[in-house]
Amino acid sequence: MDLAKVDRIVDKYQGSPAALLPILQDIQAQENWLPREALQRVADKLQVPLTRVYGMATFFRAFSLKPRGKHICTVCMGTACHVRGAPKLVEKIERDMKIRAGETTPDLEFTLETVNCVGACALGPLVILDGTYHGNITSAKLDKVLKGIGRTK
Amino acid sequence: MSEQHPFGAPVTFRIGGRPYEGTYGDSLLETLHRYGYEVPSLCHHEAVSAYGACRLCLVEVVDKRGRHKITTSCNFPVQAGIDVLLDTPDVVRHRRVVLELLLAMAPRSPELRALAAEHDVPGGRLEPDESAEDCILCGLCERVCREVVGANAIAMSARGTAKRMTTPYDAENPACIACGACVYVCPTRCIGLEEADGKRTILRWGRTLPLAVCQQTGRAFTPQFLLEHYAKKLGGLDEKVFRKAPPYR
Repeated sequence: MDLAKVDRIVDKYQGSPAALLPILQDIQAQENWLPREALQRVADKLQVPLTRVYGMATFFRAFSLKPRGKHICTVCMGTACHVRGAPKLVEKIERDMKIRAGETTPDLEFTLETVNCVGACALGPLVILDGTYHGNITSAKLDKVLKGIGRTK
Repeated sequence: MSEQHPFGAPVTFRIGGRPYEGTYGDSLLETLHRYGYEVPSLCHHEAVSAYGACRLCLVEVVDKRGRHKITTSCNFPVQAGIDVLLDTPDVVRHRRVVLELLLAMAPRSPELRALAAEHDVPGGRLEPDESAEDCILCGLCERVCREVVGANAIAMSARGTAKRMTTPYDAENPACIACGACVYVCPTRCIGLEEADGKRTILRWGRTLPLAVCQQTGRAFTPQFLLEHYAKKLGGLDEKVFRKAPPYR
């Protein structure tokens, strides 16, 4: 990652240590993940210990310390989605993409994630693909949705 | 509540019905210890802030209106009019469960085993986590590293069942001065320190630093890097001071 980009983000918050969380969010929004050099740079610029930056980055599920793919598929595993077959959807994607939940395909195209509830239980089971919510999803509908980003198998 | 008392004001309260003097806002656990009452605790140290992680220092507090509640005493402020009950049947029961859980996290810790035996904790109900690192996540090492040493070399990472005490990325951290304070305070002794061939290694954090040799005795006494850290931190001291071990300065 270009460290000048990190500097610009930190400067946007006047280098305030209190803005650590939004700074990390901005970096993640730009890069899709949090590179190690970026965290070190944030710690140096804000003059906070790297332990604090790392602690915060690992605390929130929304942050990723590994590179994520261009397309991010999130399967809701909340109670309602779970009983309506979400685990089967996860298994299907894991099989088709040859990755496990939380992993990214080697070509950095596709990331599969699970989340514990997105608060849209009436639509369960729910899959979020690149920010678009797809409700009442079935295995067949999932194929159609994934075809939209050019990935079926 | 005792709004009329500012922090630090003398107040009277009760321990098991007997009146005692205390200071409003002080740690209840420390006050109990000062009066000679035995309350077990693993995550508390007077030198650092209270954290309430080990849950062993449980007491029952009766407020002015007669309401009972069970709370950790290390981070409970002494206040006027409360009655602190130690070792009530509820406290004893809760503490046993807490010890059972802690023992499952650190099955190899002799200190914890002794404490469990002392409190008649039944064994065998919870499967000990053999892969565990014998760390009970009390956070004492982190607080000492941050508040006393000022190195900030270690901290809690992740959360829930994945929560661990680590250096960032589990890598050797250049912020660590290998002072060994974390090793000293760890209640389960799960950090470990080794000195060999003129080097000191903090085993758990994978930090190795060469030791400085005392000019008086010719023996290695402390990491060179630590001396430089304190020379910089204290400033203005004759650097000859740091060439000898403390008794010969």
